[in-house]
Amino acid sequence: MNNLNLVLPEIFISLSIMFLLVLGVFKKDSSRLIFNTSLLVLFITAIITLNETYSVNRITLFNEGVVIDHMSSLMKIITLIGAFLVLSISSSYLKTFKIFKIEYPILILCSVLGMMVMISSNDLIVFYMGLELQSLALYVLATFNRDQLKSSEAGLKYFVLSALSSGLLLYGCSLIYGFSGSTNFDIIASQLNSNEYVLTFGIVFILVGLAFKISAVPFHMWAPDVYEGSPTSVTLFFTMVPKIAALTVFIRFLYVPFLNLIDQWQMIIIFLSIASMLFGAIAAIGQTNIKRLIAYSSIGHIGYTLAGLATGSNEGIQSSIIYISIYVIMNLALFSCLLMLKRNNQYYEDIDDLSGLSKNHPLLSLSLLVILFSLAGIPPLAGFFAKFYIFKTVIEQSMYFLAIVGLLSTVIAAFYYLRIIKIIYFDKEKERYDSDHSPWLKFSLTFSTILILLYFIFPSQLIEVVSRINII
Amino acid sequence: MTEIGLGHYLTLGAVIFSIGIIGIFLNRKNIIVILMSIELILLAVNINLVAFSIFLGDLAGQVFTLFILTVAAAEAAIGLAIIVVYYRNSGTIRVEEIDKLKG
Repeated sequence: MNNLNLVLPEIFISLSIMFLLVLGVFKKDSSRLIFNTSLLVLFITAIITLNETYSVNRITLFNEGVVIDHMSSLMKIITLIGAFLVLSISSSYLKTFKIFKIEYPILILCSVLGMMVMISSNDLIVFYMGLELQSLALYVLATFNRDQLKSSEAGLKYFVLSALSSGLLLYGCSLIYGFSGSTNFDIIASQLNSNEYVLTFGIVFILVGLAFKISAVPFHMWAPDVYEGSPTSVTLFFTMVPKIAALTVFIRFLYVPFLNLIDQWQMIIIFLSIASMLFGAIAAIGQTNIKRLIAYSSIGHIGYTLAGLATGSNEGIQSSIIYISIYVIMNLALFSCLLMLKRNNQYYEDIDDLSGLSKNHPLLSLSLLVILFSLAGIPPLAGFFAKFYIFKTVIEQSMYFLAIVGLLSTVIAAFYYLRIIKIIYFDKEKERYDSDHSPWLKFSLTFSTILILLYFIFPSQLIEVVSRINII
Repeated sequence: MTEIGLGHYLTLGAVIFSIGIIGIFLNRKNIIVILMSIELILLAVNINLVAFSIFLGDLAGQVFTLFILTVAAAEAAIGLAIIVVYYRNSGTIRVEEIDKLKG
């Protein structure tokens, strides 16, 4: 087994989780120590992933149950960096709510481990185990502020709907296993010709389950409630990291075993995409809570990502991956701003609380301006290029209807982003917010805003990394 | 007498699965019932997998079932813990009264 070093990141992170748990039990008041060690663990895991798997073309391990290829290593690195940044900026928020406990970083590590397993799964069983490891940790994270009614309600709703979606997904898995005779993606691909219709049934069930996880319309109803109720740092985690893993599974599931059934699933993906784009744009207009607004905007962004997937081409996959990477950066920036809206140990999360922000906090407002313009897709910011790549591949595949709906919903979505900018710059000012933020928060906001601003100077870097991904 | 074949098992699985799904959506009283419905869905999947496994002569399905059983136990544990936390905060676990988050 000289290939064991390819799963070294997973092995390292699971050993660290066990070590940190034991440390947390035996050492008193160790939350700060464990928090910092977890950051270090995520960082080291990212470096190991980069070192061990980055140059691997495609290798399968454990009886073809796990696959290491360009897509899996890239997505793992994005997941790890995302989790690292989320964890690093959440400490002051957690301390304010007195939930700075050892379980928080450990649960994040557990869910990251689940996502890494999901990302490199090549087998229905491995995929399911990764998915459940991820969601079980996320249920607890959503309920983490357990003395607060809103947080526990968010956790309860997330638990019920996520468990339901896992059930649907599993039913699909059982049908696919039964009618193709194997749980392995590669073998399923070779058994497609028989029983095409029953397999389509199974695909639909699995797609419903996965659409729940990435909150695509019409399976989005949990997202706004859960995003609003969970602690803000957990909401940030929800909007960024699990979506990367779920998208990777989406890609691998559609394009490895079921590429030949593209006629069956293409219409479903197009429908999910159009519905998410339109609904995300329209429903966000009336929101007053920023976290709820972000939930709807993230539904819309998932719609664009799915539009890239619907094309059925390698370029489509690549543009989706670029989109989700840029989206993750924009979300990180937006939430860093949200975490800065703090006054007298209380966080503010309504859109009205932003009014007149530019008078007291010109720099923060400027970066919010950049972020919101980028989310709306205004050139030359990163968000524009993300949308540009998606629409380019969609039009190349002559799916004009999808492209037109996408552009229309971009216009609608621009309305509510611009409304926030108007509130920030032209409404009556309120009290000042605190300005003694943690260095991590300042760093992540500066870092992500600069990336968004300057992406147009070096777009080839990201494209070059992504263009090595070759699924079909 | 008809012999019991794969179709019978699959029908049983589909019926239990549907009862589970309907139980989640029609239930207006108690969250515990939702937990039981989720359990039913997972068990329906297990029936499917074991039946397929026997008729295909392939063990992977039964292995999958064991994994699902383990995960279902963990999920029930976490679900009950969340319900306890929720009950402590709100004093009720009636489904209709879970409506603090809206919009």
